[in-house]
Amino acid sequence: MDTFLQQVVNGLTLGAVYAVVALGYTMVYGIVQLINFAHGEVVMIGCMVAFTVIVALASAGLPPMLVLALGALAAIAVCMAVGYGIERVAYRPLRNAPRLAPLITAIGLSIVLQHLALLVWGRSYIAFPQIIEVKLYRLGNAETSATISNVQIAIVVASAVMMAALLALVYRTRMGIAMRATSQNPAVAGLMGIDVNRTIAQTFLIGAALGAVAGVMVGAYYGIAHYQMGFMLGLKAFSAAVLGGIGNLAGAVLGGLLMGLIEAMGAGYMGDFTRVCTLDTLLPGFAEACASNPDASLLGSNYKDVYAFIVLILVLVFRPSGLLGERVGDRA
Amino acid sequence: MPIRPLAWPTLVVLALLSTGCGKPEPEPAKKGEPAGVTVTLAHAGPLTGALSHLGKDDENGVALAIERANARKLVIDGTPVTFKLQSEDDQADPKVGTTVAQKLVDAKVAAVIGHLNSGVTLPASEIYSRAGVPVVTVSSSPLVTTRGLKGVFRTLGSDAELGPAMAAYLASERKARRVAIIDDKTAYGEGLANEVEKALKAANVAIVARERITDKDTDFKAPLTRIKAKQPDAIFHGGMDATAGPILKQARELGIRASFAFGDGGCSDAMPRLAGAAADGLVCAMAGLPLEATSREFRERFQARFGEVRLYAPYFYDGALAVVEAMVKANSVDPARFGPVLHDVSFAGATGTVAFDASGGRRDAEITIYAMQGGKLVPRSVVKGGMATAYTPPPPAAAPPQPETARK
Repeated sequence: MDTFLQQVVNGLTLGAVYAVVALGYTMVYGIVQLINFAHGEVVMIGCMVAFTVIVALASAGLPPMLVLALGALAAIAVCMAVGYGIERVAYRPLRNAPRLAPLITAIGLSIVLQHLALLVWGRSYIAFPQIIEVKLYRLGNAETSATISNVQIAIVVASAVMMAALLALVYRTRMGIAMRATSQNPAVAGLMGIDVNRTIAQTFLIGAALGAVAGVMVGAYYGIAHYQMGFMLGLKAFSAAVLGGIGNLAGAVLGGLLMGLIEAMGAGYMGDFTRVCTLDTLLPGFAEACASNPDASLLGSNYKDVYAFIVLILVLVFRPSGLLGERVGDRA
Repeated sequence: MPIRPLAWPTLVVLALLSTGCGKPEPEPAKKGEPAGVTVTLAHAGPLTGALSHLGKDDENGVALAIERANARKLVIDGTPVTFKLQSEDDQADPKVGTTVAQKLVDAKVAAVIGHLNSGVTLPASEIYSRAGVPVVTVSSSPLVTTRGLKGVFRTLGSDAELGPAMAAYLASERKARRVAIIDDKTAYGEGLANEVEKALKAANVAIVARERITDKDTDFKAPLTRIKAKQPDAIFHGGMDATAGPILKQARELGIRASFAFGDGGCSDAMPRLAGAAADGLVCAMAGLPLEATSREFRERFQARFGEVRLYAPYFYDGALAVVEAMVKANSVDPARFGPVLHDVSFAGATGTVAFDASGGRRDAEITIYAMQGGKLVPRSVVKGGMATAYTPPPPAAAPPQPETARK
């Protein structure tokens, strides 16, 4: 039970990060019906910029929370600039081009951004400074009881706050109305006096800001950063957005949390389910393997990336528009 | 393979080797040159890229050995011999490594001291072996010397010796009874973890969990949670510092109190940065002796000539000296003649008695166990021939040099 609880805690933390990144994908898809494949790189740059700022300020003797906040603000500023750049370079010139064209420019930009980061921050793993002391809270009294750290709590809370703020922005402000109108029909929205270019740029900016915060969270949680870290993270968050129904804000959150849980549970339990000794009646080969090494299993936790994608494929086969559907109510 | 203009010393060697049965005839003296033969010893390693500081260190080791050999004014088979260095950059890349190997073979070098990375040494050594050029390396993959290739030698212990050494330390010094093992599914990490598992089982230590991760991962909480439920008293991870650091940090965040052990991949000064305060108390095994335990004569000469020793220079130095020793013993500079004699050399090098076994591995290779204390790796114990002895630093204790990032 403790182990299960611990895997739930692990999965929810991871899922909260995925959800915030998935929101960035789904925002952009909702408004231009295109996937921003450079979004993973935005997250990476957010993490790297926060790292640089925090390292620079760490010795200044400021309170750690202030340093972290300044790092996050710098990351948001840089990522918004990058997000705006992506929109101007990869999307706006190709707005009326075939849909494949902006997809390819986005993938190209993502490679360019990765290599820019390689030039600036180098190719080795960067240790994210641990300026906030990690405190553990034990959920029980036994030695094996599940633990949750203050960083994990902060990540889940920050994700929830950002999601709420985003929903308020989309459904309660004039900017949100403009976004929803553009998403429904850009031409008519333009006729109604909405500056469509501006609205699309704003969407990219907000998506990039979310990505920046996600980058800071990843850095603070794992303590390391790398110029290729955005690729897998981006791919999984994109899958999470598709899982929930791309274009749907609530779907991105649900998809992200599910993705995190599936990954943690898959890595945590598939090894037990696929133990060769429990499968020895299926194939004679398994019985032999069981005799030589009773602990061996087919799918160890190194296959954790696979589970998320298997579930994604299954969902798409049976519900092609994702769990919550693509166009329920208003798209963001 | 581009055909390069050959420099005159290479031509000399070429000419010598073509004069029948590899018996070098005395070279008629050129104007202003001393009579005798010039023998080229090659160094190959990563001289550019992320490992270039290590490649340069190795090259310096070979260069110093050649200077020492030349100072002896050796006369082999009646001819004065002068050694010269040809150093090539393999960029730590297996593909470049094979090109470099072919180039050195074509240049008819007498022997190659080198290739740092196992991944480069493995394909390159096949080329050297086929051409009959002896190669002395430090690469830690057991495969380097277990493929039955002729003329492949190693001056350091292999992973196959590292694993049992760490297992012996965990079982006898740390009194571990329940051990969990993680590996990163790379040839290095999995191979090392398998060696540790085998040796621990032989010592009647229970392996309570065997988890696998990938070397690109950053989230290890799921496998660590599985391990936590088994309550091991030690955890061994076969992998590099990029995974070892986060694993250690995340394990402590999950409230795992077991002591952590790593191979040379985790014996890196980056660990305190990657794992934070959690790094203190980790133990790790590295092939070879602590730098301060290498011969004083070597350290002083190296220091005066090139500055601080970084990592494997003493082992490259001993590798080059072993080749010279074999030439003297065989009374020949022909690889076909002195190559087999390398198995019989035994001399006092910078790293103790240098001798090779029948497969080309270093005889009685030492493995040092380090512990992280206050952000520094401190030698704890030296394992030699399966026996662990507590490490005592040599009397003129200068500041203990830090081992650098380990071999891949």
